[in-house]
Formats: sequence, C-alpha cells, structure tokens
Amino acid sequence: MLRWWLLALATLVLVAIAGFAALAWQPSLPPAALPVTAFDPSLVARGRDLALIGNCNTCHTQEGGKAYAGGKPIPTPFGTIHATNVTPDPETGIGQWSLTAFVRSMREGVDREGNHLYPAFPYDHYARVTDEDLAALYAFLMTRRAVRHEAPPPDLPFPLNQRPLLAGWKLLFLKAGSYRPDPARSVEWNRGAYLAEGLGHCGACHTPRNRLGAEIASEHYNGGEAENWWGPPLNASSPASVPWTEASLFNYLRDWDPKHGGAVGPMAPVSHNLSQVGESEVRAMATYLTALMGPPSGERLGRTEAIAARPDAAPDPRLAAGERIYAGACATCHASGGQVPYTVNSLAYHTTLFGPDPRNVIQAVLRGIRPPEGAAGAIMPGYAEMLTDGQVADLLDYLRARFSDAPPWTDLERKVREVREDIPPTSGSLGGAQVESTPDLRRGG
Amino acid sequence: MTACTSQDVSRRNLLKAGGALFLSFSLMRPYDLLAQGVESAAGPVKVPGLPGDLAKEPMLDAWIRIAAEGGITVFTGKAELGQGIKTALIQVAAEQLDVDPSLIRLVTADTHGTPNEGFTAGSHSMQESGTAIMHAAAQVREILIGLAAARLGLPADGLRTGEGAVLAGETRLPYGALVSGHELHVQAQPHSRLKDPSTHRVIGRDLPRVDIPAKLMGAAAYVHDLRLPGMLHARIVRPPSDAARLIALEAGAVERMPGAVRVVRDGLFLAVVAEREFQAVVAGRALAAGARWNNPTTLPPQPEIFAHLEALRADEHVILDRQESAGPGVRTLEAAYRRHYQLHGSIGPSCAVAWLQDGTMTVWTHSQGVYPLRAALAEMLGMPPEQVRCIHTEGAGCYGHNGADDVAADAALVARALPGRPIRVQWMREDEHLWEPYGPAMLTRMRAALDAEGRIVDWAYTVRSNTHLTRPPGAGQLLPARHLAQPFPPPEPKPIPQPEGGGDRNAIPLYALPRARVVHHFVPEMPLRVSALRSLGAYMNVFSIESFLDELAAAANTDPVAFRLKHMEDRRAREVIMTAAERFGWPGDRQREGRGSGFAFARYKNLGAYAAIACEVEVERETGRVRLVRAVAAVDAGQVVSPDGIRNQIEGGILQSASWTLYEQATFAENQITSRDWSTYPILRFASVPERVEVHLVERPGEPFLGTGEAAQGPTAAALANAVAYAVGIRLREVPFTQTRVKAALGV
Amino acid sequence: MIRISVNGYEHTVDADPATPLLYVLRDHLALNGAKFGCGLGQCGACTVLVDGKAAFSCLTPISVLPGRRITTLEGLGTPEEPGQVQKAFIAEQAAQCGYCIPGMIMRAHALLQARPDPSEAEIRAAMDPQLCRCGTHMRILAAIRRAAREGAVPSYVGTIEGTRP
Ligand code: FES
Ligand code: FES
Repeated sequence: MLRWWLLALATLVLVAIAGFAALAWQPSLPPAALPVTAFDPSLVARGRDLALIGNCNTCHTQEGGKAYAGGKPIPTPFGTIHATNVTPDPETGIGQWSLTAFVRSMREGVDREGNHLYPAFPYDHYARVTDEDLAALYAFLMTRRAVRHEAPPPDLPFPLNQRPLLAGWKLLFLKAGSYRPDPARSVEWNRGAYLAEGLGHCGACHTPRNRLGAEIASEHYNGGEAENWWGPPLNASSPASVPWTEASLFNYLRDWDPKHGGAVGPMAPVSHNLSQVGESEVRAMATYLTALMGPPSGERLGRTEAIAARPDAAPDPRLAAGERIYAGACATCHASGGQVPYTVNSLAYHTTLFGPDPRNVIQAVLRGIRPPEGAAGAIMPGYAEMLTDGQVADLLDYLRARFSDAPPWTDLERKVREVREDIPPTSGSLGGAQVESTPDLRRGG
Repeated sequence: MTACTSQDVSRRNLLKAGGALFLSFSLMRPYDLLAQGVESAAGPVKVPGLPGDLAKEPMLDAWIRIAAEGGITVFTGKAELGQGIKTALIQVAAEQLDVDPSLIRLVTADTHGTPNEGFTAGSHSMQESGTAIMHAAAQVREILIGLAAARLGLPADGLRTGEGAVLAGETRLPYGALVSGHELHVQAQPHSRLKDPSTHRVIGRDLPRVDIPAKLMGAAAYVHDLRLPGMLHARIVRPPSDAARLIALEAGAVERMPGAVRVVRDGLFLAVVAEREFQAVVAGRALAAGARWNNPTTLPPQPEIFAHLEALRADEHVILDRQESAGPGVRTLEAAYRRHYQLHGSIGPSCAVAWLQDGTMTVWTHSQGVYPLRAALAEMLGMPPEQVRCIHTEGAGCYGHNGADDVAADAALVARALPGRPIRVQWMREDEHLWEPYGPAMLTRMRAALDAEGRIVDWAYTVRSNTHLTRPPGAGQLLPARHLAQPFPPPEPKPIPQPEGGGDRNAIPLYALPRARVVHHFVPEMPLRVSALRSLGAYMNVFSIESFLDELAAAANTDPVAFRLKHMEDRRAREVIMTAAERFGWPGDRQREGRGSGFAFARYKNLGAYAAIACEVEVERETGRVRLVRAVAAVDAGQVVSPDGIRNQIEGGILQSASWTLYEQATFAENQITSRDWSTYPILRFASVPERVEVHLVERPGEPFLGTGEAAQGPTAAALANAVAYAVGIRLREVPFTQTRVKAALGV
Repeated sequence: MIRISVNGYEHTVDADPATPLLYVLRDHLALNGAKFGCGLGQCGACTVLVDGKAAFSCLTPISVLPGRRITTLEGLGTPEEPGQVQKAFIAEQAAQCGYCIPGMIMRAHALLQARPDPSEAEIRAAMDPQLCRCGTHMRILAAIRRAAREGAVPSYVGTIEGTRP
C-alpha cells in the first residue's frame, strides 16, 4: 500500500521537476589532489571529534569492513541504499574531492560528480554545520587510510532510483544556512543545539517523518524510528520513566546512567562514539536536549520509585504466564536491585516500558544485547530461540503492567512476529523454521 | 540413587582393577571406601637422590600395584586439571611396564589413597610425578622379571616383557600371576633400567585423552556432577568486601522459603542450605537482600594503582648481580612496563561437596593440592588431619590458585553445621569473579646499554610485585576462615625463592649478558587478594624482557630474531628460536597495511620447556582493535610423552595469553571489586580467534620431561606487543592492550 | 507439576514453574551435560536445544517448555555410540578441561542442523555466545568443520517416544 502511494507521489514530483530543472542539474567539480601533510594536526584532531559526534563511522563502515570504506546497507522505508566510501581513495572514495566538493556534499547533498545524494545521508542536518567545522571534518577524513572499496549501488525501485527527483525533495525539505545561535540562550545551550541539530542529527531518529521520508518540522523531536527501533520523543512529551536531568543524560550519552541504563540498538554506537569525545561537547548536547524536555511535572517525580516498589506478583491471572517468564528469565539480573552490572534498580526505570511503541523491548528481548568485541558492556542473551512469539507477548504484557503505569500494548504477538522476521538469522536459528507454540500457550484464546 | 564419582566415569574405557593383592588400604571407589571408614596412609619417609617425587614417596607400591588378574593401578598425587596429565602418566607407566595403556587404571590425588605430591602446579607434574612413575614402573618391571626368573629358574637377562607378561620363549607369565604378596613394597632405587627411547611404543605417540569421552558424553566428570544420597545444596552470601562488617541480618523469612533447610551463620560467614539447588539460589538471593553491611573505603583509586604499589614498602631481593668484563655502552635505553590485575576466570565456578560422617570430614574438591588443603581444613575445623579426607575430583579449568580451596572450606563449614548430610556448594558467577585470588598487578623497569656493535653490555631490571602464593596449608589462606567469628588471619605473605621465583619468575633473562643486575621488589601488602595465576610473574617478566629486547634490537638496527640469536648461547634455546622463525616464515609479509609480525622467546622458569612464538597481528587504526591473525610456536619440552597433549597446552596457552594481553583487567571502585561477571571482565570470544595457530615440537628423546603447561603465557604477550610495534610503530607497555590504550597511543 | 520432554522422554517435574531448565536438568533429572557457568546468559555453558535451536537453559524457565522438545548432550549420543558432533570433537581432541565443551557441541549441533555446510565466518559468528577459558577454540572450530564434512547431523527432535521416571 505504502509503495503505491509513494509511487503516485513520486510521479507527481516527476512532473513538478520540469519547473526546477536548473536545480536538478549540478555541475561536476574538478578533481583535487591534496597532499595529506597539508593538514594541521590540531585541525585533524578536531575533525575526529566532529566525526564521532556525526556518527560517520557507524554508517560508513560495513560490518567486518575497513573504517569509513562504506558498503554498509542502510535500510529505508523505500529500499536499501549503501553507504559510500569516504576514505581518501581516489577511485572509490573521496580522494579526488576538494574541500569545496566536500562542503557541497554536506550542505547540498550532491557528490563531486554532481549526482544528488539520497537523504539517508542527513545533509538536511549537516547544512547547519559551520565552514570551520566542515574543514576540520574534511581534514580528518582526508587523513584516514585510503581503502579501495566500491560500495554497491542503491537498491531502490523506479522511480525512486531516479536521482534528479531528489532535487524536488530538496526544494521541499532542505533549508539552507548554517546554525544561527539564539542570543537569549546560554553559550552551552547554543553549542548543544548546534551539535544536536547539525552533525549530531538527533532528529533523524527522534522526529517523525512524512511519507517522503522527510522530518516533519512541526513535530520536532516528537519521536521517530530507526532500523525498526523506536526513537523516543526528546521534547516535553518525553515518556521517560525517571525525568532526564543534564547529568543523567550526559552519563547516558557517554556510557551508562544508574537511573536510565545505557544505549542499545542503533543508539549504542552513538553513545560509544560520544564516549570518546570531549566531555564539554556531550555536556552541551545534554544541556540542550534536557532543556527541550522541560522541567518534569510534579507527578512524574517519584513515580518510578513507587512503581518499582510494587510487588512482582501479578494480581491479574492473565498476567501469570508472563510473570513466570519474568521470574525465570529476567529476574536474575533485573531484580538484583542493580547488583548485576549494567542493570538499573528495576525495569521500572526503563523509558521504553512507558512509551507507546513496544518495539524496543521486543528487539532487546529477541536479539539480546552485546558489547563491542573485547570491550566491557552489557550482555543480555537474545531470547529468540527460547521464547515463542506468544511467550514474548505474555512477558511484555506483564512487564508493561508491572513496571509502568501506561495502558497495555495491543496486538503484541503480531508485533513480535514482525520484529522477529526482521532479525537476520543468527546462531542456532539459522534458517530454522519458526516453532509453533502449543495450544495452551497460544494467546488470546 | 548410586553415588558416582569422576574417577569411575572417566575410567570407563579402562579396565577396572579388581581386588588388590597387597594393599595397605582399599582400592575401591572413594564412596565405598568412605562407607567402610577410612584408613590413613602411612607418612612417607623422604629419601633424597631418588628421581622425581620418588624422593617424597620411595615405596614402589605407593605408585604401582598389580592385581591377581593382572589389573594395574597407578597412583599419582597430581590432579587432572584439564591439562591431560592422566593420559600422559598412563603412557609413561604403560611404556616402562610393557602393557597396553588401556590396562592401566590411574588414581589421582586423594589424601587417603595416593602419594603426597604437594600441588599440581608450576608445570611440575611430568617432572615430578611423571619421572617418579616412569622410574617406579621400570623398577617394577625389573622386579617382575626377577620374580619370573626365580620361578622359571632362568637367568633374568634372558627374559623379556610384553603385553603385561614376562616372556621366556613360548612361556608367558602374566604379571598378575607373579605377584602374590609384598613384592612391590620395596624402596625405589636411585637408578632404573629405562627403556631405550628409540624403542618407545607408547611414549611420544598420541594416545586419545582418557578423560575426554566422559566429558563429552555427559557422564559425571566433574565435582559439579557429584550426587550423593541425601545431598543438600548451599549458597554462600559474602560481604561486599573483606573490610565490610555486618550491621543487620534478616534471616527468618529465608528459613521459611520453599525447600530451605537452614541458614548457617558464623561471624561474617553466611550460608543458606536447601533441598534443591535452585531453591538454594533463590534463598541465597533473599539472604543477600536481607543483609546490611558497613563497607568502608579501603581500595586505592584504580587509575592510581601503580603509583600506590610504588609507594608501598618493598623488600629488595637482588637475584642476579653479574659483573663480567665487557666494552663500554654507547647507547642506553630505558622503559617501564605495567600489568593490571587479572582473573583466572574458570568457565565453571568453584564447587565442592563435603560430608561430615562418623567424625570424618570428606571433601570432594578440585583443589590443586589435596594434602595442603587437608591441613588447612583440619586447622580451620579444629580436627585432626587424619579425620579430614580430601579427594580430588575434576573442576573446570584451573589456571592456578582459584576458588577451589575456598569453596572446599565453605562446604566443610556448612557440612559441620549439618552432620550426616552431604553438602554441595557451588559458587555463583559473581562469587568466582569477586573472590578468587587474582594474578597481581605488576611493574617492571628496565635499563640496558648497547655497545658499538649493537650488543647488550649492561642490563638492569627491577620487578615490583605482591606475592604470587597465598595457597594453603594455612587456615588463614581459606577465604571463609577469615570471616568466621573466630577468624584465622592470613599469614604474612612471602616471596617464592629463586630459581623458580614468584613475582620474579623468569626475571633473569636466559641471554648472555655480561653485566646484569636483577632486583625483585617484593611488596608484602596486598591491596587486592592475589595468588598464583598460570605462569605467575613469568608472564609479566617475559612480556617486559622480550618487549624490551625488540626495543634494543630496533636501536641496534638488527632484526629481532637475529638480535636474540646474537645474545643466546643455549643450544636448545637457539634451536626453538630458529624453528619458530623458519616455520613462521619470519619476518612474514611486510607489505600489508596495519599488519605486522612479532617474536618472543622464553624458557619457562629457566628450568622448564623452551618456547618461541612468532605471531602476526592486524591493528585497526580507527578503533584501536588488535587482532591476533596467526601464531606459530616452537617448543622443546624434553622427552615428549604426548605430542598432541603438548600442542593442546601450547595452543590453549597462546589463546589464553592473547586474551589476557588484549582484553583483561580486573576493575574496582573505592570499596569493592567491580569485575563481577563477563560483561565487566571481557575475555576472548570466537569473533577474535586467530585464523591459524601452529605448534612445532623439537623432539628430545631420552631427555628429562620439561613442564609445558605455562610456557606460552609470557612469549605470547611479548610477541603481540612486538607485532603491534612492527605493524603501526607504537610500543605498548601496559597490559592489557585495550582499544582505548591502543587508540591513545596511535593518536588521531 | 510441569511436563517437559527431554531427549524424547516425558518427565513430570515437581518444581516452581519459574525454575530455569538448567536446574531441572541437573538437579531433578540428574543430567550432567548442561553446565552452570554464569547463570546470566553470558557464557553458553548451559546451552541445550529447544525445538532444535540453541538456547541458554540457565535463563529458560520451565514454564515455557511444555509441548516443546528439549535435547541435551545426553540426547546426542552415548559413550558407546557418540553423536556425529561428539565424535568430531573426540577426533580433534577438542577439549582441555572440557567444561565448556557440552555447550559448544550443542550450539554446533544447532548450527549444523540449520546450515549443514557453514562457512568459517558463519561458524565463528554462530559460536560467539560460547566462552572457553582454556583456549581450545582452534580445536573446537576444527571439530565443527569436521562434523560438517561428515554430512547432515540428525535432528533428534522427533516424536516423543515414551516416559522415563
Ligand atoms: S550458564 Fe547459561 S549462559 Fe552461562
Ligand atoms: S576446554 Fe576448558 S573452558 Fe573450554
């Protein structure tokens, strides 16, 4: 259905582009060959921090591949595109890109040869970045090891594979001009806003998108999604169990916070990157985002502790199956009162149990959580092989009732199945058939 | 339900010995023996000059017994720790006795059944027990030939042996028919007529490990698998740290939980006993939740641990002071190296079963030393040692002094409170991570001078370390004994003297160094509880020395392998170095981006096996990740009994040392350890396992056995550091090489 | 009382339904194959098959198991007749202390059932949840490759044959 709708709209846009053909056409810029030694090491160092804040490595590095050499498949609602090679390899990377070409790509989403780039590359955010920072980022990327690696072409259906169409998209959604500080706000707030709105591109996952995949400006930070995970709202409607403070958001963004836990899913690499950035930058981002969420209402303060203190025993017999699963599969760690590393006092501290969208809990339960190879970090086993869809749904029903005050999620078993279908086969479940649950365990009667 | 012990099961494929002929005690299964009451072995008389541990236990029948129907039982005071010692000892005995290995039944460490061979540690098993059994078997064979000669009225030198019998032409006299009384109850002789190594048929051949099938088929192979009639399960609730004090305890509700039998409390020692294991786990959690502790700050901040160790009082031991004539140094290099605390980290947490019955405490334990443990338990329990029996039963991999003795003490304390019921205690993962004694943090400093020819002329080295030995026999070395209402304080730690050494193990290089001074700074005060971790100080000393040797080689503009050979006179050392280099194809591919090769050598303790290791690494600049790509080792272990056994040990050592070196450090905050599980103490996983590991053995038939179990630990660490230096030009001097450290060293 | 099927036998277990399978296997059914390593889903020592897929028995409550088929190490073979993966591990002498090996065998078995001819990268990725402290990894990998060469592994999740007390 969505496909058809998109197709129709795309055709519409196709008609429209006749009017702005001039914008659709972009010149190829002459190749440049800059000696690597031309960069000031302090500029490179600054670029390194900016690249980490921009999360560049996450998209531009393929699993098991060389850093920044591209090739990673980026799933979008429209199809899969592949991140490009941004190492200075002259043939397959950006080795022949001048600073001008680089700046144009970041601000206007056009590559050196003049092709429009898909907005999965968040140039709608990068357009906010200053010239100096772009120069630093350029210096950093141009001093990486050149890797010869051709990224596969995007895998998109017609007409979405027609790049000139993107000119229409840009006309509608790309706002030119770098970040303009708000003089009414503190320097730190402004720094945070600049980073979060620009390189940090937080909105890409935390703002809802329209049918054309553009962030809806009027719903800034109202909650979005990424890779089938839910990106919680970062504005006043934040459902966070414990209201965020600057300190706890700072902890979370860099590592782990005792009141909120740590980042998982697509947010995990973001936090891993931010843990390597100067503290003041992360603090500024925390300041800005906390301010967006505003002061919490009095009734939210202390709510979590009250929920956490409730008994585990389920009063509703329909929740008993889930309670038993919690007791046998989850309680060892999650009822340890924070004794087991990387667990918070109670699951009641997890925002995701309070939100409208259950996908993050489903994702975490099915996939589990793993730290980067050889590094310390939370380990949670994936329960994909241990629990059936119905059992995961039972568990989530219980968790929602026990550890939050939000209304029950609906249609859980289907949502579990959808997330499960999305999980690439891993150990033990490679190609294996989905197991039927026995009748007595089937949900809904 | 029948009782079943590891000894039975793992010997499934071996012929069972029947009734013994001339025994001072029964050879039956420990459980049956226990049921009939126990006798104690007579105390051994020390006889110097006998080979291996025959000096500690000179009577031949303490080592080898032959039953009437021909079953042969061999006794060792050493324990199977997953190193394959059972198989190797059976091979040695079978070779010298001329019997098929499948006819030999091996009994391992048991205070009421085997010789007292102290600890199974320090790669000594083959040197001590293997040598003793080899000579005892050869002497038993001579006795058997003598008995046959007397019976047949033929001269002994005309008789041969084979297939468990003495052969005289067509006549075949099975061993079982030759012994009828106390013929083997004689003292060993200093010299034996050993088989000519060129005629070996069992030694040097790969015999499948006898303990593996049971382990892979789900038989009861470990102490964890022991199930005794009426057995109860216990879990221990420990204080948050050694300095913590109990303020309040709510235990009443715990005793009313399903299956709960008892809460045992003695001072700070808290345990809960239940009918079923999971009931004990749940009750243990409830008891922990009901305990409130006062936990003062006692630990130095982790980032300052090395400064802290430097500031502590140290005893100085000069262990080498050589002043030979040599030319002047023209170039001096200095460096300092660090190693963080590291864990043994067995996959299976420590476990023991104890049973107080009719005044005797029997403990099934995976301790490395059943006799020392018995002494410690006897002292802690206030019982005469004869009434404490410790039976070695396998645990998960050991790698040194881990929680085995402590959990045995836990079980004994609970068993004392519930006489008549066997008590099984298994530590939870956090018990193991938080309470096992760690491998100590260490610091070394190095200074050396090169002459104009690029030869080392001056060498000065100091190593600063806590003890590496806090094992029993003292009750104060048992963790729970310190927490009792009447605590046993830990004894004053002492260094292990040279030539073996503890923190200074392998601190003296094997290289030819005309002027050299090596000093051990022994630090008695222990910020964290520490003890022996596989290879002890050798890991750090070899890492330091062999890293520094590469730094010197670079300064002398010489290839690292050539530089080592230039300073090495020991013929066997030279051969392993050259073998490893050749098999690796040293120096390897120099062209590939981010890849590099490294080399290192050591002779373990300067007394054990020689090992040279070359490896190739890949360093990812952007992440700081170091990956071991391949490793090639050459090893000279003297006479090789089980080639595959040695390869297995060396392969395992390389991978374990790579894990220590790349990832591992225990972490702690002001008043407690924070490495509580595998999420806070990451180790090697399959994603980082090298592509290839090769082990080449340099054969030395007829030479003494040289221990190999720990030979790879040090060289692997240094080879990795040297390979990283080669690959990306940075010198890593702090173990482990975490991604953060590597990235910091690499810069942007 | 909960009924579970282990290695083709039905058992009625008198235990709290929240009890993790591992404790029921070891303590109630006296099966040694599954080992306690961490109880936290971090090491894989407790791995068994549930409906043919590798599962951490230390965190699988028995309440989710009625109607599903559990296979443990004991279900793959006996000392007299080891299973295909067990044979391969013996042939490669792929054990030091051996404590981790039962879990390795179970996960390898699940892998080979789903992917009879896995690539080296697939084997390593599949085995990543399993820890070995002795450093037996090279031999474990060799044993899995060897088992794969021997052809398809049997499924062992066939019909429930009978009951054993
Ligand atoms: S014991 Fe289950 S994963 Fe470690
Ligand atoms: S063989 Fe000992 S843990 Fe793997």
